[in-house]
Amino acid sequence: MIDLVSSDLVSIRNSLQNKEFTAIELLNEYIDRIAKSSKLNLFNTTNFENALKAAQESDQKIIRGEARSLEGIPIGVKDLFCTAGIKTTASSKILENFVPAYESTITQKLKDQGMILLGKLSNDEFAMGSSNETSSFGPAVSPWKGDSSDKELVPGGSSGGSSGAVAASLCPLATATDTGGSIRQPAAFTGTVGLKPTYGRCSRWGIVAFASSLDQAGPITKTIADSAMALKYMAGYDEKDSTSADIDVEDYEQAVGQSIKGMTVGVPKEYEELDLEDDIKKNWQDAINWYKLEGAEIVSVSLPHSKYALPAYYIIAPAEASSNLARYDGVKYGTRMTGDNLDDLYKNTRGLGFGPEVKRRILIGTYVLSAGYYDAYYLKAQKVRRLIHSDFVEAFKKVDVIITPTTPTTAFGIGENLSDPLKMYSNDILTVPVNLAGLPAISIPSGLDSQGLPMGIQLIANHFNEGKLFQFGTVVEKSRSSITNQSEWWLE
Amino acid sequence: MNDINTTSEVRHTIEGQNGEWEIIIGLEIHAQVTSESKLFSGSSASFGGAPMSHVSLVDAAMPGMLPVINKHCVRQAVKTGLGLNAKINSYSVFDRKNYFYPDLPQGYQISQFKYPIIGEGEVKVSLKDGEDIIVRIERLHLEQDAGKSFHDIDPENSYIDLNRSGVALMEIVTMPDLRSAEEAKSFVTKLRTILRYLETCDGNMEEGSLRADINVSVRRPGDNLGTRCEIKNVNSIRFIGMAIEYEARRQVNEIENGREIIQETRLFDVSTGETRSMRSKEEAHDYRYFPDPDLLPLNLEDDFIKEIINELPELPDHKKERLVRTYGLNSYDADILVSDKNYAEYFESVANGRDPKISVNWITGELFSALNKLNLDIHDSPVSSEQLGELIDLISDGTLSGRLAKDVFEIMLETKKNPKVIVEEKNLSQITDESSIEKIVDKIMESNIDKVAEAREKPKLIGWFVGQVMKESQGKANPATVNNLVKKKIGI
Repeated sequence: MIDLVSSDLVSIRNSLQNKEFTAIELLNEYIDRIAKSSKLNLFNTTNFENALKAAQESDQKIIRGEARSLEGIPIGVKDLFCTAGIKTTASSKILENFVPAYESTITQKLKDQGMILLGKLSNDEFAMGSSNETSSFGPAVSPWKGDSSDKELVPGGSSGGSSGAVAASLCPLATATDTGGSIRQPAAFTGTVGLKPTYGRCSRWGIVAFASSLDQAGPITKTIADSAMALKYMAGYDEKDSTSADIDVEDYEQAVGQSIKGMTVGVPKEYEELDLEDDIKKNWQDAINWYKLEGAEIVSVSLPHSKYALPAYYIIAPAEASSNLARYDGVKYGTRMTGDNLDDLYKNTRGLGFGPEVKRRILIGTYVLSAGYYDAYYLKAQKVRRLIHSDFVEAFKKVDVIITPTTPTTAFGIGENLSDPLKMYSNDILTVPVNLAGLPAISIPSGLDSQGLPMGIQLIANHFNEGKLFQFGTVVEKSRSSITNQSEWWLE
Repeated sequence: MNDINTTSEVRHTIEGQNGEWEIIIGLEIHAQVTSESKLFSGSSASFGGAPMSHVSLVDAAMPGMLPVINKHCVRQAVKTGLGLNAKINSYSVFDRKNYFYPDLPQGYQISQFKYPIIGEGEVKVSLKDGEDIIVRIERLHLEQDAGKSFHDIDPENSYIDLNRSGVALMEIVTMPDLRSAEEAKSFVTKLRTILRYLETCDGNMEEGSLRADINVSVRRPGDNLGTRCEIKNVNSIRFIGMAIEYEARRQVNEIENGREIIQETRLFDVSTGETRSMRSKEEAHDYRYFPDPDLLPLNLEDDFIKEIINELPELPDHKKERLVRTYGLNSYDADILVSDKNYAEYFESVANGRDPKISVNWITGELFSALNKLNLDIHDSPVSSEQLGELIDLISDGTLSGRLAKDVFEIMLETKKNPKVIVEEKNLSQITDESSIEKIVDKIMESNIDKVAEAREKPKLIGWFVGQVMKESQGKANPATVNNLVKKKIGI
């Protein structure tokens, strides 16, 4: 019996390489646990048969001394990454039965290191949402519950399947994507570590696009060391993605735990005005103090245009999405609903294939790009985006990292915000500016609130300074109180 | 747009019921870039091939696929810009033009809207009457072609072939500087010649490599511009002329009968020679152009442009000027020779060390009519330039008379043999030796004593004697010598 709950990516890699257990043994443990966790509805598709074959091969490689860096480690993949021969749905009806013939660059890189795909993880439909409730296949459920509460909570979104699966110890690493907070917010809600790398650090090739200028893949893991290790194998230039950066990948693992003495942490003064839950405000203050204790200098920075980030984001992201999703028309692949003529085919297919949130964003995006509205909305939002970017550029002249909470609240109940899109969108207020500026940021579990729910601290660094996130992140990880999820209420 | 030409002198008018009308024409030419592969994918861009045989994942707009610019196509566009004496924009941007159609798999066409790769330029066009006009180019931009729909294969279904989907096109837009069908035809002919010189577009209109959208309006000479109609996708130079003539006449009739011209898109129907309405301005698409977030702006380095400048071939205008200067050709002959760079090349090979006038006459006379009859390109000419040169040498050194040379040329066409070989084999060389010719003359005169006497009265009969002598010599006697001898013997 392997203790999956107390295992993490690094410990599993070491155990496999030290032959403490075999890849097959490990895989079977995960398969058992996943099978007992169906209440959480985290997996869209499982891949157990292929995984067993792969695990056998991994074991042989380990025996022969040919193990690759991540040999035999099971992984969960957000259902936005195309996986050859395995259904890739984006949690949408319109791709319900879509099986790609190709493998995304990121998942291929992880496979090449010996990782084994357990299955495809739920997400908000086309990554549009902050609660994982917009999936066409039903909401994903957080493994967390408040103290003495039976309310089912959201695992955050859009990468709720990924955060939930790591938090529930159904995989030690899950890939995810972040367009406006979709890695960091779910990580904060579930007590996991979520990293959004610099835009261009990880290839977007083979990932179902939401908003191309904002989308970025990253890992959700249990620890910072795990995150650093995962990024090392996910990052890198890809000539198939024109926006990917031809910049060397650092040795991120080496940055973990390095001293931050004498370095600087920025606190954006405008964020203090935001409507944050008291526990979260206090937790933020605690975290700042942890940095002081470690010998860092705390500096106030100004990000005056961040207050326009949310409206700018909810123009730019839907605009790009409205165009990116035009390809799902029932003509070439995916769900097709026939009609008497071409227009009917389009209307029926897209009417049935897309859920309400996706439709809402396509409508917003189409509207803001329309003749007569383009300048007032899209162009203005792009100007705001440049100003937000320059705010950060200025701030990073003074500081190594910027510290904020990841979310204004802890996890909310399933169904609580679904009917109020503006309230739902306001969840992204702390994460969205980072995407607009293309910066790397990490959410680190930083304690539990008064209901016993995880909170997250967000660290933001300058472009391609992911190493600093791991370096600084260690402080939160070692200073916080325990965030162990005691109850395993969902296990059957 | 303040154009000199639209307000300057009236070059051409058509007659209405009550006065003259001027036609104003602007063209948008879609020229397929000569390239092995498509604009944003590695698939083959060649014409033909089984349906769907040149389609990559990118061309089919599979989820998560990303465009990567084909540098060769960029080079071709810059080369074309240089050939059109146009401004090369070192900064340009790819935009998405959004609309739904089954043969447009992405749901948008990647094009260039606000920042095209090539800016203003101009083309000199020689008209049939010998006059030159300048046609200004507004811009040239790169864009993707769509696939092809077939609505006539099956009564129920339409079929789509994506072989063309993503093929690189250059859209070349002129200012409204053309004033007649003839001018438009001459412009397109000249443009095609330039493109072929540059080898940036093969100009094969029947394969769809060059298509024109034609903007036509009419006005009273000196008036402001009238409302224009756009005739889409005309694919032959002859049809361009027919479409303009029909459309201008239609507009004049409309206006003269008290109706207004409605701005609309029209189609040219090849079978009737008429244009008919396709969609009005109100029904026009809102393309919602915005910069493609999957592609970075295109920044051209000075060195890249310089490299292309150095590779530029001699262009038709320069070649014409040089042919006139070097070989003393007249403008008419020079125009014919430069209209295809292979003609000029052939000519220069023949004229090397030979009389240019004799050379050009042979090429534009005997050779062209033979090629025309055989329906062959000069490339595939059965008579090489070296062979034609040799033939001209045989004329110059007196071996062959002009008449004999034509006979030899006929044999060359059939046998592809060198003229010297033919002359030897058939013993065709001209008899220039006076005593040999005299013998024949004497022989003819002896057997036609009566005619000799008659000829003294009617000198016209000299021709008859010459003819008899030539016949007797099997055409080999030097006609001038024969003529002289006959006259001398008869005593004229």
